[in-house]
Amino acid sequence: MADEQETTEKSTDAPAQHPTPLLDQLETGPWPSYVTGLKRLRDSKDKQYAPMMNDLLGQLEHSFTERLGFWKGGAVGVFGYGGGVIPRFSEVGDKFPASKEFHTLRVMPPAGYHYSTEFLRKICDIWEQHGSGLIALHGQSGDIMFQGCSTENVQKAFDALNEIGLDLGGAGPGLRSSTSCVGHARCEMSCYDEVRAHRTVINRLLDEMHRPGLPYKFKFKFSGCGNDCTNSVARSDCAVIGTWRDDMKVDQTEVKAYVAKAGRKYTIDHVIAMCPTRALSLNDDDTLEVDNRACVRCMHCLNVMPKALSPGDERGCSFLIGGKSALKTGAMMGVMVVPFMRLETDEDWAKFEAFAVKLIECFADNALEHERMGEMLDRIGLPAFLEMLGLDVDPNMVIHPRTSSYVRTDDFTDEANKYFERKKKAAVDAAE
Amino acid sequence: MTSTSGPRPPIESGVPNSFLYMHPMLKKNYGQWDWHDHPRPGVLHHVAKNGDEVWTVRAGTPRQMDVYAIRKLCDIGDNYAEGHVRFTSRSNIEYMVSSASKVEPLIKALTDAGYPVGGTGHCVTMLAHTQGWLHCDIPGTDASGVVKSMMDMLHDEFIREEMPSRVHITTSCCQINCSGQGDIAINVQYTKPPRINHDLVSKICERPTVVARCPVAAIRPAMVNGKPSLEVDEKKCMCCGACYPPCPPMQINGKDCTRIAVWVGGKNSNARSRPAFHKLVVANLPNNPPRWPEVAEVVRTIVNAYKADAKDWERMGEWIERIGWPRFFEMTGFAFTKHHLETWTGARRTLNMSARAHF
Repeated sequence: MADEQETTEKSTDAPAQHPTPLLDQLETGPWPSYVTGLKRLRDSKDKQYAPMMNDLLGQLEHSFTERLGFWKGGAVGVFGYGGGVIPRFSEVGDKFPASKEFHTLRVMPPAGYHYSTEFLRKICDIWEQHGSGLIALHGQSGDIMFQGCSTENVQKAFDALNEIGLDLGGAGPGLRSSTSCVGHARCEMSCYDEVRAHRTVINRLLDEMHRPGLPYKFKFKFSGCGNDCTNSVARSDCAVIGTWRDDMKVDQTEVKAYVAKAGRKYTIDHVIAMCPTRALSLNDDDTLEVDNRACVRCMHCLNVMPKALSPGDERGCSFLIGGKSALKTGAMMGVMVVPFMRLETDEDWAKFEAFAVKLIECFADNALEHERMGEMLDRIGLPAFLEMLGLDVDPNMVIHPRTSSYVRTDDFTDEANKYFERKKKAAVDAAE
Repeated sequence: MTSTSGPRPPIESGVPNSFLYMHPMLKKNYGQWDWHDHPRPGVLHHVAKNGDEVWTVRAGTPRQMDVYAIRKLCDIGDNYAEGHVRFTSRSNIEYMVSSASKVEPLIKALTDAGYPVGGTGHCVTMLAHTQGWLHCDIPGTDASGVVKSMMDMLHDEFIREEMPSRVHITTSCCQINCSGQGDIAINVQYTKPPRINHDLVSKICERPTVVARCPVAAIRPAMVNGKPSLEVDEKKCMCCGACYPPCPPMQINGKDCTRIAVWVGGKNSNARSRPAFHKLVVANLPNNPPRWPEVAEVVRTIVNAYKADAKDWERMGEWIERIGWPRFFEMTGFAFTKHHLETWTGARRTLNMSARAHF
């Protein structure tokens, strides 16, 4: 109550509203305006955050005028954790004192971004009491971004959010928050249980998130199929992408219905001819012929004809390692290191979890400071990486075999024998 | 909460259990969906193997939302939908309903409240965006302002499904590119080496860390005015700004040195072509708040050319690969310069190692 009274007093003699002539221009037009939202908070005179949001708007307008940002980092956190809060102190706090501390709490949302309205309202109530009233749904990290909190209120806000079942996400050199696609919850393309995968990996490795001590950041992302709706291939150190190993399913009645509706030429031009591996052919009776050994599970034909075509029954995931953005050696796509891991039984899931743990251990033990997994992979080479992880080499890991002759191959025959032994064992396993 | 005097220990609960919040129909049919179609732009219709049906209405949000906006979206969810929502990775909100009759009233409620319904299928969906001047400590430009300006311009393309394929636009406020790869990417490009405040470097920065951070080894330790500091070889420096986060006295931002570049042809999906990085089209556009009109014009030009010429399902990069870069630059009217030639690691793989040419 003491806080509320103090706030009321402050708001009575609060400084005059900052003029925002540039920001005002972002209130017109058909798209909903975040500036209008910021002003609603500023104008909630009975709320503790009104003065903060007035000064925040003042600083933002100052940025629009000067074309410069005015935030700097620092050290702010919550008891027991070493990350999850993004500290922001204003460099122009003398002009805009009420928003001189404007920290963000990164909070992990339910996997797949599912909410009940009741839960969203609880979140709003907590942030209204302790923060700025401004929430980003969601940040590029995959977190709910509670933006704008004084140093003093960070612990209070966290405690209240933590009590309703939310936990801080990652920041700094550690495991980062993850995202998973809608997947099993509402998508027929989904090839594994994304919620289970997401929660299994992140919650098993939570210590690496809450007390960051890795060489640099490490991100997992989970997409249920090759459409990769979480953009995992380019945006995560470990992309888990759903796939299937047996034949895709074809409902020929639905194929015919599609051709009848879309037209034969359209079907040939936009389904058959767009298959990247020429795995499709339209028969004279308008049924579809699929060469499943040529198919690479790219998802195009399934996207065009979702009623007629579906993933096969033997489902699981691929792992692609090393995706990242520009810093420092340039953007990288993840590379295939496990073409298929079945994800059906509890035993499969135990293997999946063990692989994630081993991957983090490998990164912790071998990466240099501020080196991402993809950079480490480039430095040590894929063969050394596979050996560390105990993974077998597979032709699905390359676009084509090496073209440079500058390699020592005196143990080639031994390696070839290992390959043949693996093939033999796989054939025996498959027969059982 | 505990009433003891010490600090409250956190409950390390991790990623919350989605099934506590998921729409009951999605929970019931988890992993059992059969097919879907698009009854109209902004609406998805999913059918489960047991015949259960669910309709999803998708609407755009500004991402950066005040509690009043979120509560308004919740009110709509309670009054016109079934009390459960989800968000897409591009900050669109989705309402699930178990009856087709609820779709039109829900669309009307959202539209009346100012939330455009769309963002599905072959449209220009919401831009992926970052923090910008609102909250980042290293921003070259704003994020939400750029997004608002672009989405105002592209609103009609959001609420319709008239594009050849989906168009994902991204914006990033610095060259680190937090928003990732896009069919069109709008990113800050710095144009000048950092300006160094030599009085502060040794007080604030761990110099070896800063030296190690430079991608082109252009930074070295130096004594300046009798103080330990750092110097930059400006011939080597390509103005990426990587030294600024570990050493804020090496200021990379500024009115006269942040420009905007537009890139095309990035994609994450495996459908048809492999995932691909976006490629440079235009650089040196003015960083011009509050509406960035020069950038908007470039984006409009690219969207229009793509819309007019690409085949159904061809993403931006796939369309350009088919017609060839010479025709892309002709059709859009942008200049092809020496700066379009890759000079980074792996550059040779981006050059034309053949006698094939488009005329």
